[in-house]
Amino acid sequence: MAEQELELTGWRKWFAEIGDQGVFFTRFFKNIFKGGFEWSEFIRQCYEIGYRSMMLVGITSFIMGAVLILQLRPSLESFGQVGMLPKTLSVSLIREIGPVITALICAGKISSSIGAELGSMKVTEQIDAMEVSGANPVQYLVVTRILAVTLMVPLLTVIGDIIGLAGGFLALNIKDSVSYTLYLHKCVDSIDFSDFLPAFVKTIFFGFAIGFVGCYKGFNSNKGTESVGLAANSAVVTASLWIFVIDAIAVQVTSILFYK
Amino acid sequence: MEAVKEKKEASKNPKKEAIIVIKGLKKSFGKKDVLKDINLEVDRGENVVVLGKSGQGKSVTIECIVGLLIPDGGSIKVFGDEVTDMNDNQLKELRMKIGFLFQSGALFDSMTVRENLEFPLTRVLKMKDQHEIDERVNEVLEGVGLVDAVDKMPSDLSGGMRKRIGLARTLIIKPEIMLYDEPTTGLDPITSREISELILNMQKKYKTTSIIITHDMECARITSDRVLIMDNGEYIAEGTFESLQKSKNEIAKEFFKDIS
Repeated sequence: MAEQELELTGWRKWFAEIGDQGVFFTRFFKNIFKGGFEWSEFIRQCYEIGYRSMMLVGITSFIMGAVLILQLRPSLESFGQVGMLPKTLSVSLIREIGPVITALICAGKISSSIGAELGSMKVTEQIDAMEVSGANPVQYLVVTRILAVTLMVPLLTVIGDIIGLAGGFLALNIKDSVSYTLYLHKCVDSIDFSDFLPAFVKTIFFGFAIGFVGCYKGFNSNKGTESVGLAANSAVVTASLWIFVIDAIAVQVTSILFYK
Repeated sequence: MEAVKEKKEASKNPKKEAIIVIKGLKKSFGKKDVLKDINLEVDRGENVVVLGKSGQGKSVTIECIVGLLIPDGGSIKVFGDEVTDMNDNQLKELRMKIGFLFQSGALFDSMTVRENLEFPLTRVLKMKDQHEIDERVNEVLEGVGLVDAVDKMPSDLSGGMRKRIGLARTLIIKPEIMLYDEPTTGLDPITSREISELILNMQKKYKTTSIIITHDMECARITSDRVLIMDNGEYIAEGTFESLQKSKNEIAKEFFKDIS
């Protein structure tokens, strides 16, 4: 409903925002299970969000993998542990750096674009037009986007991890000569199920947070061109913050479950 | 302000059925009372034009009729059912009988004209037969004279064309009531006149009941059966276009002073 916001300030505004997000989440959740899922829009969003972000995630991950090896090498060399480089890289990349970097890139690219797109649709009355025509804008615009991001961020993270390891391999071969099979063997050997699973699960939550924040900010932006920019900006900031909060919680949960 | 009521030229036909009945409608935004006490009856097949300065609550009234805004008080009955008491499903059913043309046209940017027109057919009327869908699309496009624009994107259309396609999209579900929010705003006089004539022709063809919000006196002259003038959240004058031309009301005089 296009109700005008009450003029709230301080804590009351913060609580009102939390309440609004709760209502928005309920609307999203209810609409997942309503009939008539928008499969074509969902697939289009998966393509837009996933495929179109792959290049950026790939390049960043490749550089991150290479830089990590180059940065770690002098430290490990001083202990005579250069052989530990593949293991150190793969554990840090798969457990932490891969998921967080991919999620932050997606927050910057996807959350802002969703916020701006839906904000712009709100300003130009497209969302209202959808609503008054009897169609369901939450089902068409929100459910498809949130689910697409929730699915695509974990996949992008896996791809980013693989490309990051490839970057590490290249950097390692600048000074050393390590065969591909040996490098891969050392990487895979050092990764446990308890390294991969929690990292993968948290990327699902990262994806949900990115999609949800982008949709919420865009869908609830005020009617004015300035609000489109604000929605995009606010989506990036809030989604990034949520990624770190989720990461902090995930570390604690993982420690309790896997590393007692 | 003293309300001035002009006697309608046409005598009241007892057989006429009021399909929109608004009584004591009130709506405030913050401390501003936008609608103070709106009372309106619109008969089936009637074209009612609402004139008024910007910010007087003209658009708010029609947004309340379709449930986009929730009024603070009063009653809105459409087809005998109270809109303010409707749940989501009842609102959806009501909206299938009401077309709403937004000021900007509100075409969906990411879709072609064809997809824009198919959207309400497939999502709201749940039509599946592509042949039948194509027939409906062609019928409304012929009606608005834009058959050639079927595969264009909204960004490739002029302001007048966007309004025409917006009109086509609202008419494609064959609504019984049409609500127009400033249909000629931002258009040159020739295109404005064309749109006004189109509204009248479509009203005759589809036998719709219409409320037209406008500042455009030529549009009011062409389309109206009855004109209401709104000021400060109330209707202050009512009558046919010709009778209001002779009104003694100061605001009505201001509106009609340049009309010969």
